[in-house]
Amino acid sequence: MLITITLNGKKITEEVTADSLLIDFVRHHKCFSVKRGCETSNCGLCTVLLDGKPVLSCSLLTCRVNGHSVQTLEGLQEEAKEFVGFIANQGAEQCGFCNPGMVVNTIALLREYPDPSDEDIRQFLSGNLCRCSGYESQLRGIRAYLDFRKGDAA
Amino acid sequence: MSYRHIDQKPMKKDAMQLLLGKPAYTEDVTPADCLVVKVLRSPYAHALIKNIDTTIACKVPGIEAVYTYKDVPQNRFTMAGQTYPEFSPYDKLILDQRLRFVGDAVAIVAGENEKAVDKALKLIKTDYEVLEPVLDMHTAMDHPVLVHPEDNWDAKVECGADNKRNLVASSRWSEGDVEDVLNNCDKVIRRTYHTQPCQQAAMETFRTYCEIDYYGRLHVISSTQIVFHARRIIANALNIPKSMVRVEKPRIGGGFGSKQTLVAEIYPAFVTWLTKKPSRIVYSRKEVQTCGTPRHEMEMTVTIGAMNDGTIRCIDLYTLSNTGAYSEHGPTTVGLSGTKSIPLYTANLEAFRFDYDVVYTNVQSSGAYRGYGATQGIYAVESAVSEMASVLGIDPVTIREKNMVREGMEMPAYYHEIATSCNLDKCMEKAKNLFDWENKSKVRVLPNGHIRSAGVAMAMQGSGISGCDVGSATVKLEETGFYTLTIGAADMGTGCDTTLAQIAAETLECDLDMINVFGADTDISPYDSGSYASSTTYVTGKAVQMAAEDLIENMKQIVSQMKKVPADDMDFIGTGIKILSTGETVSLEDIATKSMFFNNIPVQITRTNTQPFSPPPFMVGMAETDIDPLTGKVEVVDYVAVVDCGTPINHNLATVQTEGGIVQGIGMALTETVTYTDKGQIMENSFMQYKIPARTDIGSLRIDFAGSYEPTGPYGAKSIGEIVINTPSPAINAAVASAIGKFHYTLPIRPESVLDALEEKK
Ligand code: FES
Ligand code: FES
Repeated sequence: MLITITLNGKKITEEVTADSLLIDFVRHHKCFSVKRGCETSNCGLCTVLLDGKPVLSCSLLTCRVNGHSVQTLEGLQEEAKEFVGFIANQGAEQCGFCNPGMVVNTIALLREYPDPSDEDIRQFLSGNLCRCSGYESQLRGIRAYLDFRKGDAA
Repeated sequence: MSYRHIDQKPMKKDAMQLLLGKPAYTEDVTPADCLVVKVLRSPYAHALIKNIDTTIACKVPGIEAVYTYKDVPQNRFTMAGQTYPEFSPYDKLILDQRLRFVGDAVAIVAGENEKAVDKALKLIKTDYEVLEPVLDMHTAMDHPVLVHPEDNWDAKVECGADNKRNLVASSRWSEGDVEDVLNNCDKVIRRTYHTQPCQQAAMETFRTYCEIDYYGRLHVISSTQIVFHARRIIANALNIPKSMVRVEKPRIGGGFGSKQTLVAEIYPAFVTWLTKKPSRIVYSRKEVQTCGTPRHEMEMTVTIGAMNDGTIRCIDLYTLSNTGAYSEHGPTTVGLSGTKSIPLYTANLEAFRFDYDVVYTNVQSSGAYRGYGATQGIYAVESAVSEMASVLGIDPVTIREKNMVREGMEMPAYYHEIATSCNLDKCMEKAKNLFDWENKSKVRVLPNGHIRSAGVAMAMQGSGISGCDVGSATVKLEETGFYTLTIGAADMGTGCDTTLAQIAAETLECDLDMINVFGADTDISPYDSGSYASSTTYVTGKAVQMAAEDLIENMKQIVSQMKKVPADDMDFIGTGIKILSTGETVSLEDIATKSMFFNNIPVQITRTNTQPFSPPPFMVGMAETDIDPLTGKVEVVDYVAVVDCGTPINHNLATVQTEGGIVQGIGMALTETVTYTDKGQIMENSFMQYKIPARTDIGSLRIDFAGSYEPTGPYGAKSIGEIVINTPSPAINAAVASAIGKFHYTLPIRPESVLDALEEKK
């Protein structure tokens, strides 16, 4: 079917098959940050923003997104750059494969809860699996960013 | 000693690119318009293909080729990435008429797109002769059914392997009079422990791209930890000269040992070699869970003899290991179950015995997983020591302090190596304080009824394979005075590109940004065994240091020619070379420029390192658990780990390695279940059932270091990557046991059995 999607601010009108998944669609459009880590909606690697809300692109049919706006990390670079350096400063990205999904979900987190507690962060990101880091360093990175931001505001 | 780069916290060199999601991994950097390769999998644990008909499958539009066992070379090989002499027997064909586990490869399909390939897979008609499988490792040895009856099965190394007995390896080793010492001990306990075949579960599944390059050679781009072994194995499998294969790795989305076996590479390699067209395979998570290369299932019987005062005089360990359908890493993993557990108790040990057998069965083949056998052995021995402490009424920390290996001791059960650097005692001291063992080791019932308790465990690993591993590095001075460091080791997220650059920058007294790193490509990199066995920092790291030191000497030679002064009148000062007698400094840029003009002194140096020993890192882990008496659920609320990895090269990365390893270890201890149906099918074939820890499953992790100085390592460093997974299982087992009055002898520790024990206690 013919659909129109706004992908990272760019309107794309394209013929897609009924079984096309959003993850394959965005990767086809060179949004390589979006990764697949499972087939069962468990890992969160494929997280993108659909009209600003985080969704798992592996579990969404492309045609369901017709008329909507999708953002991948490729389209969220400026927002991501504000805090990913703090995560890097912890050495929290190891293999890095889980990071794009986790960064996109963190953007959603920070939009929804500008001043989250550690528990808020853990809960919000609980669907983003990481096999390398043990998670604590990611939390330290986000916390360091929040502290920095507060210091700035003060 | 204080360093400029060592034991500091520089950011990983690839950090920002990875965090911003730039294309870096196999599936991002290779063209998508290539043949899609998939494998048809056996539904039976043991079967022969009676007849296989691919005619209809081949007619599906877009299908390029369908291959069966009739199409592949008939020479056997092993997919285990190991150095010559390869210990894993050659028992594998690309496709075989005999299928040896549920998921074994039946046919390879290559086509223009995934849909066509999926369709063709369904249209292959196969008649199977279903055979009786060998599913129980206890009865596998000398079972009437053979997993590998074939006559061209070939064990390259004498390790007790015998395919006519379902045996992959077998060994007997003891020192001292075990029976006599045991007879003279006040207390002897004997326990049998079982560990499950856990999955590495790297977030990036196996994936490989292949093409023919402009010389007609096979160019393989793969997510692999072992480019050089991969080249050999692919050439062996295809039966083509090794010179016709080039293997390269981009960024790797996690390995943990899984990518030390060629799980996926041979299929697209075969397709591309025959069709001469580019092809790519990407494993599904289900394939990784069922046709991957998990930890070896082991059963360990530990006998410990001790005196009433807690002196441990004898340890006797028998390990039965299940390699599954193929031999990969079977003969080698098992050794670590003894050699990395028994030596922890060197101090008063008068005798030890370590025997093992490794058997073939008709289940998923095992492989290399972080810890590599040490994890299993340490779970068993450390659990037994904790139980011995409780039998004797001694504090589990005290019994360890009394018996642990200390610096300078000879470790008979570790091939008689000397503990040249060992701060295990300091690790224990620090952990005790940081954790507050004094108070937390007491069993406490919280107001909500939950039971809190604590357990401790020690661990060791190696730093590379002694007398075997080879690590090399090339350091090159470049135009304007920056450097390129070329390695054959593989950064799979461990950060070795950065840590090795730190070593180079320390030696060359320059900024980290002055060092570009390249790795790894068999055509370009100097030979390296690859990134496994905790070898990279210790073995390759030293090669980097030596290459950089030699480069400094050559730069001095150049200056000597330029300025007509002897090299011993010079000091290398990082930004250039200072001539002592005149005070003049020749800048790196001038040296680099001179190196490109009328010059015959090389500014590209390769050094190779190997070591006759493998200095162990040591550590202590302490776990505080919280048990819900209504559900039996165990949570780890606090985990303290203190590690002696020698000098930590990068403080942040060492910390994160430790945290990551501990969380994997918690998964093994509590949630990562592997069960089979009576037909040999794995139940946990997705992340839905195979529960790796999420961030809400862990409490606080507190990491510290008590680094010794290893004289043979680069700047005193040993290894860190593997040891960190070894303490959670035994520490959590001990913590739970102190709350419920019963040790667990099989993993994971499930809520049901905790609840049962609590009921019994009532
Ligand atoms: S790929 Fe795992 S949740 Fe989408
Ligand atoms: S960094 Fe490797 S999975 Fe998270």
